[in-house]
Order: sequence, then structure tokens, then C-alpha cells
Amino acid sequence: MIKIINEKCVGCTACVKVCPFSAISMVSKKAVIDYHTCTLCKACVPSCKFSAIIYEEEKSAAPHKQDISGYSGVWVYGELTREYKPASVVLELLTKARDLAKDLKTYTAVVVIGPSAARSNFEVLKEYGADKIFFAHNEHYKHYLSEVFADAFFQVVKRHKPDIILAGATTIGRSLMPRLAVQLQTGLTADCTELHIDPKERLLIQTRPAFGGNIMACIITRNTKPQMATVRHRVMKAAAQKNPTCEIIEEKATPVKTGVEFIKFIKEETSKVNLAEANIIISGGRGIGAKENFALIEQFAESLNAAVGASRAAVDSGWIPYSHQVGQTGTTVSPKIYIACGISGQIQHLVGMQSSDIIVAINKDPDAPIFKVADYGIVGDLFKVIPALIKRFKAKA
Amino acid sequence: MKIAVCIKQVPDTTSVRIDPVTNTLIREGVESVVNPFDSYAIEEAVRLKEQHNAETCAITMGPPQAVNILKDAIALGIDSVIHLTDRAFAGSDTLATSRVLAGAIRKMDDVDLIICGKQASDGDTAQVGPGIAVVLGIPEITYVKKVVRIDVETKTIEVERLTEEGTEVIKSTLPCSITVVKEINTPRLPSFKGLMKAKKAEITVWNCKDLGLEDFEVGLKGSPTQVVKIFSPPSRKGGEVLSEDSDENLDKLFASLEKLL
Repeated sequence: MIKIINEKCVGCTACVKVCPFSAISMVSKKAVIDYHTCTLCKACVPSCKFSAIIYEEEKSAAPHKQDISGYSGVWVYGELTREYKPASVVLELLTKARDLAKDLKTYTAVVVIGPSAARSNFEVLKEYGADKIFFAHNEHYKHYLSEVFADAFFQVVKRHKPDIILAGATTIGRSLMPRLAVQLQTGLTADCTELHIDPKERLLIQTRPAFGGNIMACIITRNTKPQMATVRHRVMKAAAQKNPTCEIIEEKATPVKTGVEFIKFIKEETSKVNLAEANIIISGGRGIGAKENFALIEQFAESLNAAVGASRAAVDSGWIPYSHQVGQTGTTVSPKIYIACGISGQIQHLVGMQSSDIIVAINKDPDAPIFKVADYGIVGDLFKVIPALIKRFKAKA
Repeated sequence: MKIAVCIKQVPDTTSVRIDPVTNTLIREGVESVVNPFDSYAIEEAVRLKEQHNAETCAITMGPPQAVNILKDAIALGIDSVIHLTDRAFAGSDTLATSRVLAGAIRKMDDVDLIICGKQASDGDTAQVGPGIAVVLGIPEITYVKKVVRIDVETKTIEVERLTEEGTEVIKSTLPCSITVVKEINTPRLPSFKGLMKAKKAEITVWNCKDLGLEDFEVGLKGSPTQVVKIFSPPSRKGGEVLSEDSDENLDKLFASLEKLL
């Protein structure tokens, strides 16, 4: 329950402005919460400079309090690429898992679900310091299917009781983890940007953005185990630390019967670099003007080995496929460098890229909102600026 | 065939402006709308209804004013709507929400297909769609960009799903749950007839008890995750903007970029 302490409320309306659900209004110069509208998101609590808003946890016998003793180990889901190699995000998470395991004085493990051929690619997991690899292999695990993989994972969890499970916030991770979490009746936090262990309670503190990155929330799973979180590509940094004693544990795998069937995979030909994993993304927007002009963005991307992104306006105009769309109704990205070309920077686009390390904007409108978030910007004609930059990069190469 | 569409009311970001001083969102007077991804779910349900003579129902869990998005769904061609509302639902995380929505679908009986948007624009978790399927014990397919075919006779569905590297073609038996991305369709505008229908729409309201759920399964009590702290991230400050594309400025920009690589 969120409460307003009337004596402390000075009527400044700061909380009214931050409430995402318009649940707070001013009555006789005091803030009043409409409890029918309030979703208990707590965005108002830190907005009050006078500590007049307090959040009280409802005291109740936690019904989902399972027996949480005996859970240990920090696990990473060892997502495989189509070539059955561990995805790059696995190594990033394994590096983070080592830190968490050190704080908890426990072990790290990677859970791999796949065909037996995947085994030949395990060397890299040892190099990044996995203590154990749980390997559930079966020829039915050649292609990802949510039900089948979640069930295989569920069996491994039930046998070995991990304290924490981390997974990449990839298409697979964001399909598999929600399913697994509900099967285990435990908590899952999506797209965490920071993970650490609370030294007192030894719980995983999971920090994630909400409302398009306008507020950050710290979330815990206290009464159930395992504690589960997904993390996007490139949020954690991978660092190798060889573990020569890494042990591979064979897991009995009985594929669950399912009505779902993988038919085929059609590779997208237009994308040379995966948007989610890219270090650099060059995006084009309405300012590109025509489908054929996107070739310029592609050229620019090629010269920097970058991925090609796009604003909604460019996608809706049919200039480039939807899979390239960055923003609220597309993909959220956080590359090292994001170069926005001819993109004005509507809020729906900004929420999908504002966590990039560096933002560069090229736009002919000096008042374009994109310049407000850009670290480097140039007001100018992108058809002049981009070729000039390509020329300079080529000259240096 | 019976189709259930699960939708959510979210703050409308299109009416949001940025405070030029603090660079944060101004949320005052922001209206609530249907979650952007859910409008594709509604449209797909209406299209499948037209093709297969299906019966469509939209469901939302939320406070009393969430009825507005249910009326919008009727205006777009959805046949009936259910509003799940109860004080006990407040503070539900994705697991508790999955239980509530699944409870409603179970009560509806004989639902063949559940359609959800990929994720909601406020929480961005993408967890409730798959969660509902697990509670109901049925398969689900996420990131669907095309329904290739539905065979009502053999009760199967074939879809294309979007992945990082390309498209997967997946077949499933019904009942099944899918979550959809924007590429799946272009939503229509409400028709005049639809708007008239929405005005007179009858809204079924179910609370926690109606769904046969206990207090401790929903809301804060039924949520394994707990928010312990909320804070504002440091806002992004704009850097230097070169005011024209002169050769000198291009050299300068290039030098800055080169240093970053």
C-alpha cells in the first residue's frame, strides 16, 4: 500500500507529474491517490522530496514460500547458435556469474540443451570459467521449441537446485525463461542492466529499466528459488578466465511430447550483422527519403562493419524490413555507437536506443529532438555528410 | 473456433513530451491507450474471425477505466469483451497476471487460440504471453510475424516467427497461444458501425472470486518478484552539435568518430 503523509505533503505536485497512470491528484493542496487506478508501481515514492509518500509492504504469510533451502550455484543458460556454438551473450553472462558465485561462495554452471554434436564447442565455456556444464542432449533438441526446451531445463533444475539462473534476453531467452519461471512458480526479471548480491540477505538484486527507461527498478525474488533474470547482449562484459577443472555432467533427457513442430528456417539475406549483437549500428529514418537511398546507409554500415537499423517511419514506408526497426514497436538496442541518420528522434525511437554508449546524430533540422540525446551531432544534409565520412574512413583504412 | 485476445492499458507515449530542462518525460495529463503491440493482436483476431467465422473475445486485467480499451476493441470488430478487475489484483507481477488471464480463459471454455502482443510498452517484459500458456498447459509460439494457415478441421496452426537471424516456420496443434510482432498486419481504423456498437457494448466483469482464484495467488501476495527500490536514471545530456556540414566540421566529426572506434 502506498500512502501519503498529509502533514509532510507540501502540495508541490511532483508526484502527480511522475505517476504513469495519472492516479494522483491534488485535493485542497494535498496529494491524493486514487487506489482504483494505482498499480503500486511506486514511481511516486522517490519523486517526493519531503518523504511524504511511503510504501508499506502488506504483511501476509507469503503463500509462495517454498522450501528454499539447499539451492546453490549460479547458472547460465547456454544458448546455442544455429551452428551449435555458445552465443556471445553466454560468455558475457558467464563472466558475471563468476562474480556473483564468488560473492555467494558457490559454483558456476552452464546448462546446454542441444544435439550431442554441440559438445565439440564446449571449450570456450571452460575458457570463460564455467565450473560445470550440465548437458541435456538429444536429437530432438536440434531446433529450439519453447515447450521442449523448457521441459528439459525444468528437469535439470529439479535435480540440481540452482540459486540463480541467468539467460540472454534474446528471442530464445525471452521465450524460454518466462515458460520455465512459471513452471517453477518463481520470479523472473527481464532485461536487467545490473546484477549484484545483497551482502546481508544474499539475494540477487536485479536492476531493470521500466517505462521505456524513464525509471529504474530494483527487483528481488525473496520467497522462491531459483532467482531468474534475463540480460541483453553487451550489457555485461565478457572476460576469459580458464577453468581447467570444468566438469561436463550428462543429463538424462526425455523430450516431452508436444504438438509443436519445427518446419524450416529461412535466413534473412539483407542483414549481414545482427542488430542485437552489433557494436555499431547505423540507422536511417524518414530523412533517407526513398528505398533506393538506403543503399547509402548500407554502404556506411559496411565501411564500419556495422549493423543497419531503421526508424519506424522508414520501415512503414517499406524502405527496409521490419526486423531492422529500432524503438518501441521494434527492437531495443544498446550498441557501443549508434549513428542516427535522418532520424528526428521521436520518443518511441529514443526508448529503443537511448542506452547506447555513444549516440551520433546527422540531421538537417537543428531543432530535431535527437540532438538532445546525441553525444556528437551535425546539422547537415546526410547525402553530403555520409559520403564524406565514408571517404575519410576509406582513406584511413 | 474461439479466439481470445489479451490486451493491456498503458500510458500513451505519443502524447508524452520531453521536459526541455530535465530531459525527462512529462507525464501529466497523459492518456491511457491500448498497448501498441496489442493492437496488432486485435487486428489479427479480427482477420482470423473474417476468414474462419471465428468468435472473438478481448480480455484485459486492470482498473475500472481500462474498460475504454475494451470498447476500442469492440469498435475494431471484436465480438465480446471481459474486464478482470479486483483490488486484489493490484501489484501483480507477470506470474500473478498470467494466473488471472489464464483463469479467465479457462472460465471462457473451449478457447482454441490465444493472441497476445509481444510485450507491453510500460513493462517490456514479454513474459505474460508465455506465462498464460504454461498455466493453461498449452503450447505457445512467440514473436509471430505471420499466420500462414489455420486448419479448423485438424485443429492446427502454422506460423512464421521472427528471430534475430531470420524466419522460422512452426506448426502447432490447437489450442495454442501466440504472441505477435508489428510485422503481422496493419491495424484498421474503427468503422462507424463499430463505434456505435462500442457505445452500447456489454462488458462482462469478473473479479478474483469469479475466476476461482484465491487472494494469495494474485496481486502483491501472489507475486514472487518484489520491487524494492525505484530511482530515476541519470538523464542523457546532449553533446556538441556542429551547426553546418562544412568540410571543416566534417573533419572534426570524423576525428571524433575515429577516436571512438
